[in-house]
Amino acid sequence: MMLADAANLHTFVDALRFIGANPGFLAQKALEQLELSGAALGIALAVALPLGIVLGHFHRGSGVAIAGSIVGRALPSLVLIAAFLTLLGIGFVNNMVALAVLGTGPILTNSYDSVDRVDKDVVESARGMGMTGWQILRRIELPLAIPLLFTGIRISAVTIVATAPIAAIAGGGGLGDVIVNQASYRLSGVLGASLCVMALSAFVFVALAGFQISVTPRGLRGTSVIGDQTRKEQQ
Amino acid sequence: MRDHWGDTLQPALVQHVELTAIAVVIGFAIAFPLALLAHRYGRLEHPVGVVSALLYTIPSLALFQLLIPFSGLTWTTVEIALVSYTLVILFPNIMAGLHSTPDEVLEAAQGMGLTRLQVLLRVELPLAIPAIVGGLRVAVVSTVAIATIAAFLLPDGLGYPIVLALKEPTPFKTEIYSAGGLAIAFAISCDLLLVALRRALAPWAVTGLA
Repeated sequence: MMLADAANLHTFVDALRFIGANPGFLAQKALEQLELSGAALGIALAVALPLGIVLGHFHRGSGVAIAGSIVGRALPSLVLIAAFLTLLGIGFVNNMVALAVLGTGPILTNSYDSVDRVDKDVVESARGMGMTGWQILRRIELPLAIPLLFTGIRISAVTIVATAPIAAIAGGGGLGDVIVNQASYRLSGVLGASLCVMALSAFVFVALAGFQISVTPRGLRGTSVIGDQTRKEQQ
Repeated sequence: MRDHWGDTLQPALVQHVELTAIAVVIGFAIAFPLALLAHRYGRLEHPVGVVSALLYTIPSLALFQLLIPFSGLTWTTVEIALVSYTLVILFPNIMAGLHSTPDEVLEAAQGMGLTRLQVLLRVELPLAIPAIVGGLRVAVVSTVAIATIAAFLLPDGLGYPIVLALKEPTPFKTEIYSAGGLAIAFAISCDLLLVALRRALAPWAVTGLA
């Protein structure tokens, strides 16, 4: 047991040495990964956010929102990446599209739910005050929707960043390149890159949680930001 | 596809079912008592919730790799990672289910003279069933998905034919589509089974697939 422990420690020291010896290289790989993830998140946002908000405003299409959550969960990332590779070829575009599809689910479901579930009485009194549909959406529904809406965006962003390393198998670049290439980088490189990947997704998670707190209207701040991650999953 | 059912797809599917089943069973066996404890002693809940939210951000590929120095290229490595992810999903869902009992109902139960254990067994747990099954659905479906990533370490599961196919200069479409399709079909059948289970155990809960 002692021997095994010593061996483990040694491996991780080597991994840290690898990080210490190649900071520029790893930073460049991390940037590649963030670029790919950012592009995918951008597409997912552009498609899912307006759709979810509009459907939620008119309380239509809950089927679309449910389908979104099922697609997000049931499609294994590896399968998506491989399937898009056969359609779009190897490289950035294939991976961007696959990751965007993966990220669409949580954004669509949460943006729909967040607007759809705004207290009916509040919406009705706004209408009674003579607000138009657009004003209700802009001034009542969206501000109240922010916590749940941003939770969806954060889940989606973390999912995309965390899945991006797998894209390396289809020419996606990023830190995954190192993780799947033990032949060139040895175990120390693989573990070093894995540590960096972990740090990167934790960073994205914390940064977005902070951003979420800062854009949440003051009246809603009492609600827990991190703990509600699974709110969507409580059915 | 039929040509490779016997030598590739069928064993891969069986391995995949095993990987998933072991992970979900162990995950539930840990999460359920833990949730009961946290329900009884309220202080545990928040810290466990935050830790699990952070744990879930760890990319599966990275977690598999980081476990290798401890447990090697084995099923143990894969299962430790898979079980961790199911815990992260199951624990908050079971907690939410246990908390979902309305106060009036609890008071009525106490008023009827039920002991704490009786309240738990006859009131809180039955009312928690929809949320618990909801958690199981997410846990099973995501485990099926994450188990494909195990193929980066071990030549097992439905991910392996895909990883092999991707290493070819011109990727074999048949293997990608058939293994991928099987993984998705397996995930969806598990999901539908659990919906049926919920309907049988908790017929009062919401209908539909949601």
